[in-house]
Amino acid sequence: MYETIAGIKSFFMIVFNYAPMFLPSVWITLELSIFSILLGTICGLIVNLLKMTKIGVLVAVADIYVAIIRGTPLLLQLFFIFYGLPQIGITIDSFLSAVVGLALHNGAYISEIFRGAIQAIDRGQNEAARAMGMTKFQTFRTVVFPQAFKNAVPALGNQFLLAIKDSSLASIITIAELMTKAREFAAATYSVFPIYFDAACYYMLLTFVLARLLNMLEKRLRVNERKTSL
Amino acid sequence: MIEIRGLYKNYNDTEVLRGIDLTVEDGEVVSVIGPSGSGKSTLLRCINFLERKSKGDIVVDGKVIENNPLEINNLRKKIGMVFQSFNLFANMTALKNVMSGIVTVKKETKAAAEKKARFYLDKVGLLDKVDEYPAMLSGGQQQRVAIARTLAMEPEAVLFDEPTSALDPELVGEVLAVMKDLANDGMTMVVVTHEMTFARDVSDKVVFLSDGKIAEMGAPGDLFNRPKNGRLKNFLSRMDLADKPEKRSAGV
Repeated sequence: MYETIAGIKSFFMIVFNYAPMFLPSVWITLELSIFSILLGTICGLIVNLLKMTKIGVLVAVADIYVAIIRGTPLLLQLFFIFYGLPQIGITIDSFLSAVVGLALHNGAYISEIFRGAIQAIDRGQNEAARAMGMTKFQTFRTVVFPQAFKNAVPALGNQFLLAIKDSSLASIITIAELMTKAREFAAATYSVFPIYFDAACYYMLLTFVLARLLNMLEKRLRVNERKTSL
Repeated sequence: MIEIRGLYKNYNDTEVLRGIDLTVEDGEVVSVIGPSGSGKSTLLRCINFLERKSKGDIVVDGKVIENNPLEINNLRKKIGMVFQSFNLFANMTALKNVMSGIVTVKKETKAAAEKKARFYLDKVGLLDKVDEYPAMLSGGQQQRVAIARTLAMEPEAVLFDEPTSALDPELVGEVLAVMKDLANDGMTMVVVTHEMTFARDVSDKVVFLSDGKIAEMGAPGDLFNRPKNGRLKNFLSRMDLADKPEKRSAGV
């Protein structure tokens, strides 16, 4: 009995002692996540714009990009950027490699989310805008995309949460983010369980805050819907 | 102002329009009637290139419209369109819907666009609904906003594609009333409609379309009272015009 209580006590001692030491790495994880989400969203948007041009070469570039990213593991993509590119003379530092890798990865999935959301918009919306003399791009910007984005928010949120968690893979290319630090501390102290518990709590905190923000966004975007009591 | 010359349209092997020649004069109201599947909507959609014609010419103000984005967009600025399913932009309030084209296409300032938008929303009697989103409006109100949105572009002509077909019967009148006002103001209009009373009372010319061809065309009095074409006679008898004037004219 006493041993159990002592064990729990020492567990939490380590948890609390090490928690502040994670902060710099939490910051890096946060940076990686924010960059990969923002750049990934832009990437996803560009893919859809390329496809909209209906110009063969551009559509092919977009399709090949999505096929490659979705067809290979993220781990391999990060290896390729960090270890592979220098061999052909392109050297970028590890943080930038991670951001590029994660953004390209998320971009491919986000482009598919947008594609689905755009296809779900009633054709009449497009026709009405075009019939007024709007160009394809004006129609997309003012009518189709705002509606598609709103419909995409739940699926985007899913992808954004994945982006936070996937940033942990940057640990394999020497970035001192949350997972890297957890491995370091665990190796130094042999206190594997409390240290990883810390890391898990930080990931939970980040994803929880993001999920709440997305929820608020979803509610705000719902202003144009009929209110129902159901 | 609009001239349709030898217009053909086929989807793969199906011929929808088979040689349409039609002239719409300035300020004229032309109603297009006919059984479903006769190509009425396709004809209308070919005029503003929402549907690409297979053969023939669309001539506006004496100029053949070439099939390129610039000419098509210029044509669309001149000729507005009102749809059966309203197609109000779901992400915008009534006011923003009406402003959208003025700001995006005509590049006017927001202030000028809002002033114009309020003027046209007032014209269709919906100044009290400016801040409502389409989902909060009735079908009739949505269609009136859609008409205001089209008018706000200050077009030379408006195409109406069965503007009342998606409406509950009691809401048809309010939309027809707006259209009648517009006709009285001298707007050039091409109206695809099932509202025979409207076609008879408001239009200058009625076109009866059957199997992708104009089967009969003329002044409404001649067409409705002395139809020559067999299919038109048949069509009119099925539309049961006899008991409608009293009911419908109440709203108009």
